[in-house]
Order: sequence, then C-alpha cells, then structure tokens
Amino acid sequence: MNIHEYQAKALFEKFGVAVPRGVAARSPAEFESALSTLSHDGALIVKSQIHAGGRGKGTFNDGFKGGVKFAKTKAEALDFANKMFNNTLVTAQTGPAGRKVQTIYFTAACDIAKEYYLAILLDRITSRPVIVASTEGGVEIEKVAHETPGKIFKIVVDPAVGLMGYQARELAFKLGLTGEAFKNAVKLITALYRMYWETDAAMVEVNPLIVTPDNKVLALDAKVSFDDNSLFRHPEITALRDLNEEDSKEIEASKYNLSYIALDGNIACLVNGAGLAMSTMDIIKHYGGSPANFLDVGGGATKEQVQAAFRIILTDPKVKGILVNIFGGIMDCNTIATGVVAAARDLGLKIPLVVRLEGNNVVAGKQTLAASGLKIESATTMADAAQKIVKLVA
Amino acid sequence: MSIIVTPETKVLVQGITGEFGGRHTKLSLDYGTKIVAGVTPGKGGQFFEHGAHRVPIFNTVADAVAATGATTAAVFVPPPFAADAILEGVDANLDLCVAITEGIPIRDMIEVKRAMMGRKTRLIGPNCPGIVTPGTGKDSSGGCRIGIAPGYIHKQGHVGVVSRSGTLTYEAVFQLTSKNIGQTTSVGIGGDPVNGTSHLDVIKMFNDDPETWGIIMIGEIGGNAEVEAARWVKANCQKPVAGFIAGATAPAGRRMGHAGAVIGGAEDTAAAKIAVFKECGIECAVTPSDMAAALIRAAKNKGARMT
Repeated sequence: MNIHEYQAKALFEKFGVAVPRGVAARSPAEFESALSTLSHDGALIVKSQIHAGGRGKGTFNDGFKGGVKFAKTKAEALDFANKMFNNTLVTAQTGPAGRKVQTIYFTAACDIAKEYYLAILLDRITSRPVIVASTEGGVEIEKVAHETPGKIFKIVVDPAVGLMGYQARELAFKLGLTGEAFKNAVKLITALYRMYWETDAAMVEVNPLIVTPDNKVLALDAKVSFDDNSLFRHPEITALRDLNEEDSKEIEASKYNLSYIALDGNIACLVNGAGLAMSTMDIIKHYGGSPANFLDVGGGATKEQVQAAFRIILTDPKVKGILVNIFGGIMDCNTIATGVVAAARDLGLKIPLVVRLEGNNVVAGKQTLAASGLKIESATTMADAAQKIVKLVA
Repeated sequence: MSIIVTPETKVLVQGITGEFGGRHTKLSLDYGTKIVAGVTPGKGGQFFEHGAHRVPIFNTVADAVAATGATTAAVFVPPPFAADAILEGVDANLDLCVAITEGIPIRDMIEVKRAMMGRKTRLIGPNCPGIVTPGTGKDSSGGCRIGIAPGYIHKQGHVGVVSRSGTLTYEAVFQLTSKNIGQTTSVGIGGDPVNGTSHLDVIKMFNDDPETWGIIMIGEIGGNAEVEAARWVKANCQKPVAGFIAGATAPAGRRMGHAGAVIGGAEDTAAAKIAVFKECGIECAVTPSDMAAALIRAAKNKGARMT
C-alpha cells in the first residue's frame, strides 16, 4: 500500500525524522488557513499530492507545467495551488491518463547546501533490510547505480539486533558529512530505520535528503509503501489508504478477495493462481493479442467470485473478449464452469469467451459449458486458448 | 528416488483442525502420505479422523515429535501466527518445515529466517503449494504429498520440477505426465520475497540425485533467485534443464498477486532472466504450454533420456 508524501512526512515526524515544516489542504477553502497555520514568511513549495513520482517534471491536462512549484510569496502559492487542485497531473510514472490532484501540500522552502539519497528496503539476496545511501541526491537512483555505482553505499541490517550505531555512523561518514551535519544525519538514519521496521514498511525512500547551510539534515521528499501482508496489525496505517488513487475495478475486486490489476489491452483474463495468471497474459501477447488485466481468482474460487470477476472485467470498456484459464488442481472445474455459465447468462455476455479448463472434474465442467447453449468456445491447452481468443477479437 | 521427502517421511500437520488444513490432510492421507500427527494448541488428546485413519492431535510440536517420531511439518496456520508455528518446528529440531500459509508479514519472515540460521530445519515456502514425491499406485498414490498440490496429476519418474508458482507447477507436471514422463519430486518454493529454500538449493539437490535425469525450473519477475540458479547450472550441472519465466507482460512496480512478483529494476524483468537462462544453456519454454516440450528439446540436445 502506498501513501502520500504529506502522510509519510507526518509519520516521519512522529518517529523523529526531521522534515521541512508543511501543511496539507484538501480543498481550496482550506488553502488560506493552511498557509496561516504554516505561518512562514519566506518562500514556499507547493506540492501536488498523488501516488506517483516525477511530479516536478509533470504537466497538467490544461497545459500548466509542474506538479511541484516554488512560490516566492503566499499569493503566488495560492495561485499555484488553485491551478493544481482538481486538475489532472501526468508524469512519467502515471501513464497517459494521469492522476487527479485532490490534496495540496504547502511546505516552507529550504536553502540547500547539498542533496543526498537515502532509502530502506528489503534486500532479497540476504533476506534482511538494507539501507541505501548516495551522495547523488535529487536524481534517479537507477541512473546513479548504472553510471556511478561507486557513489552508492549500502548497509545490511541484522534483524536480531537492529541498526547499530556504528552502521549509521559508517553511512554518514561515507556520505562525507562532518560536525553538526554528521550528528544530524546519524540521528535521522537511526529514526528512519525505526520507522521502517516498526511500521512494517516495504520501502522508505528520501530523495532528496538535504543538508542546509546551517547543517540541518532534512527529508525534503518522502515516498513510503507498506507490506500489504502486515496491514492487519497497523490500523492507523490502513486508515491512510486513499481510494482515489486506486483503480475502481481494483477496489471492487479486493472486496471479493480477487487479485486484479488493470492493464491497457482488450483481452480480459480470469485465471486461478498468480503465476498462471501472469503467464496467461504473456501467452496472449505471444500470439499477438494484448491483455486487459491480471486477475487471479485464487486457489478455492467460488461461483460468486467468478460472477464478481466477470462483472469487474466487463466494466472495462476496452474489453473485446474474455479468456478463462483454470487449472483445477483441487478446485472443481465444474464449480468454475457453473460460475462462468451463470455470469455469462446474468450479464448477457455479448463478446467472445474462450474457456480452457483442466484438472479436477474437467469432464463435467466441459459438459456444463457445452450444455449451457451459450456461445462459449472451449480450448484444450493454454496455447490453444490464447490463439482462439486472439483470433476472435481481431 | 526423490529429493527432500520419500513415501516413508513422517509428517505432522500444524493447523490440522482448520478448514483448509483439514481438507488437505485428508487428501494427503488418501494419497498415502504418512501423516502421523496433528498439532493444534488446546486440542491435544483429540483425534483427526478420516476413513480408517485416526491421527492423534497434540498441543505442541515437541509433544508430537516425541510421541510419533515425525520429522516434517506442514504449516497451515493463519498468517498472524505462522511465524510462531514455523519456529516451533525449528525448535523441535524437525528436518523439514513446509509452510503453505499465504500472507505472512514480510518482517516476520525476515525474523524467522534469521532465527533459523545454524539450525538443522529446512524451510520450504511460505506461500507455496508444497512438495510431492509421486508413488507407484493409482494416480501416483503411495507417494508423499505435503501441501495443496493435486496428487493425481503426477507420475513417478525422473524429472525434477521446481517453481515459485503453484498453478504453473501443476501445469508443468500435467504436461510431463500427459507425455508419459514421470517426476522424482516436484517442489513449490513459494511466491514470497523471503523464503526458506531457493531455486538453487533445490537444483543442487536434483543435480545430486541419480534418479533425477532432467530439471524444469519455473520462475517469475522479481528478485534474482532464478539468475543465481542459472549461473550455477551453467558451471555445475550436466543434466538437461528447461526454464520458464512468467511476467513478460507485467507492468513495473506492481505486485502481481505474489508478494515477491514485483519488478524492482532492469535486472529482475522476465526478459532479463530469460536472457540469462539462454546464456547459461537452459532451454527456454516459449510459452507456458511449452514447458515439457522444452525439457524434451533440452534432453535431445544433451542426448539424455527422460524416461
């Protein structure tokens, strides 16, 4: 689960990670009061709050440039905020549809002596948390890793003891910090690790981390995501979920315990198992089609889930055909077939439907499909199914 | 022969009284698996009954091990309590723990993995279909089935299968059996980013097993486990190996069902992993329908038999 920058910074402050002062506003009516709460006489930064990076270089649908703006005065900040609010911001990470800005975050502008990069995430090789830092802040870390890997430093944390003082110091020394800035950086790294660990974060990224001319060390930006498996023990974090940032079909699917991800193509798929669902998308592409979604109905799908899955699939106007691919290991193929028939009937399905069933009770399942009188094309293998649906949709 | 488990392996089930654990315990008993005990705290002294089977239930894993000589655990415990269940088995010095549970917090698994260092227990999973060593009876019964895989699609033979995905494992096994090619053991290592046994661990065991003549390795986007295994295969494995990677069409940064199936950078995409497979002499399945056929091609190239 992702959260907004302003929410991440509130968590940072709670754990003692220093950030520039800021206030969020969720409607134009709140802009004035937010700015007076901030009570900052100097320059301000006005930041669009969406769950995607590249905001600064983004462009709004009406041509207004920049989802993050530097404002010399309060009046200018208000003007920018009004232009951003309810406007759709397209960045390199949002896709062409962009995201509607529904929260504005005002922060006090800071003088910057130097920018750094700092992140904490899971190191899959060691199965331990790793802290990644770089002297090259404010740019894409992938680019730094590719061009100047020597400027990236990593510390792997032993979960039995947590982050040790010497490790935080080592990182701050490697970043070339001294004096007060060094002390402040050690404090920030330590606090950030505690936040990462105690909130079950999946990733915490601060880019840039800055040192000010008076040696303060601040998280100028904040990108935080959480491990979905751990949300059950963090109600306060679950409450930060912003449904406006999620695809409505994905929200609906989650209510039925279906794992759904919207894609750009026109062939919808309904599959059991994550690996099989991914490779069903792949095989559609392989035969020249384009998948409209990832949809895993899980190992024990019920008739109701299958019907819900069909409803969700069909709310996507791009969908021109459906491929159902079920390997019923333990799951009864006939249960799936019954759900498919019921859904196709209830929804008055008009577009081509190819069903590939294999496994437990497959004969009865195929009979149910054939006896339905509906136009359902049966397939034997995944390759057969993919070729059939691609042909029908073309 | 087989790897990791044999038809003689004595298995206990943690979470045997749950709906999910109970259902699959019955299927395993039907398959011929030696399920000798169940563990549910507070239900010690009761029995799990299925047909002629009467499996004793214990309060703790240690009690179950002492009374029955079980060496292996199947964990069906819900996510909030799964880490505790795994470590209970580790503390009872089990040889093997197969964690089926999906949705265990990643932080819990980081701690479990750290706590298991230097201990004798091997962990398979979590978030996995488990492990099957097929038998010689009807529908491959008489073997050892731990977890949730359909037993009947297997056939005893000489191919080892290792995969992060449950249904793709079944797909591969089904294709092999349909071509009359049997399996030594099929191992689902699970779709989580922190797991107990890696592709490489399993491939080393298949390589050392004289009865395993060929290997199918199935992976997906995210992490570098498949790459690590492929490089080892190139340097050390003479047996034919076929591979498949799911997720060529997955968008970057999205979690595709499995917690571990997320593209983090340029190196953990399907295309990057397939390129490494090819460079390491692994025959790549062009589509998921091509997995068994890819192994047959690999065997032909090496002049090896699969049956």
